[in-house]
Amino acid sequence: MKSKFIPLILILIFLITFVIFFKGLKNSNIYTPDTNLKKEVPSFKLKSFEDNSIVISEKIFKDNDYYFMNIWASWCIPCKEEHKFLMELKKDDKIELIGFNYKDNFTNASNFLKDLGNPYDIIVSDKDGTASIEWGAYGVPESFLVYQNIIIKRFIGPINNEDLLEIQKIIR
Amino acid sequence: MKFINIFLIVAIILNFNFLKADEIKTENKIAKNLRCLICQGQSVYDSDSEFAISLKLVIKNKIQEGLSEDQIYNFLKMKYGEWILYDPIFNRNTYFLWLLPILIFLAGGAIIIKRFYNKK
Repeated sequence: MKSKFIPLILILIFLITFVIFFKGLKNSNIYTPDTNLKKEVPSFKLKSFEDNSIVISEKIFKDNDYYFMNIWASWCIPCKEEHKFLMELKKDDKIELIGFNYKDNFTNASNFLKDLGNPYDIIVSDKDGTASIEWGAYGVPESFLVYQNIIIKRFIGPINNEDLLEIQKIIR
Repeated sequence: MKFINIFLIVAIILNFNFLKADEIKTENKIAKNLRCLICQGQSVYDSDSEFAISLKLVIKNKIQEGLSEDQIYNFLKMKYGEWILYDPIFNRNTYFLWLLPILIFLAGGAIIIKRFYNKK
């Protein structure tokens, strides 16, 4: 009786473990933070990109307006990909685009904008990347849709046509 | 008088160094306990990605602002979610994770004790 049960239980345990691990093999274990969190806009004090005047976040984000905060850099290849969508978004006057120039040098960044066009209403430079961390960003490009001082949507990586349509649908 | 002055200066310099060393120690300790989100599988301490470099800077600034280790962990947890911490917090989602080893240990102990008494 006893000798019959033990192999059976062993086989069962082995099978269950196998199934768990086999399923786990196919799971993607790359973590991406939640993109739909409603968080308040973190306050920052950064230098403006064009001149070195200081820009305070409270003066940028006003109630009842949509803001699209985009972290970009001239050295970032995917930023070039999403640039045309930003230019498209710029045409909409219900939304204001704010550029976060991430760890970039001025000449390269201004050449980038000269070549591809400048979609931003305000550009601030985040020289050491610490302000981006306050936003919870971890790479370039990354974008945040802000309304009434709340981040309502977050885009990790370059935005594409679908994202653009989604944004236009939200702000309409 | 001169002697006292020199002594004071030396004492201050030594103290300052101790503080700095302590700060770097906690800084590294915190960075080692954080997962780098760009190069997953590496700690922030080990990583040289742009994100990790900035994060190390943020940790340094927060320590200088006088935040404690736990406060910094909480701050980062709020920004990036619990995943960024290597040490999972004990809550509903992690009961299994924390309790399973203890349960297995107890079960093993029970089996051993049972066998021991049966032999007797």
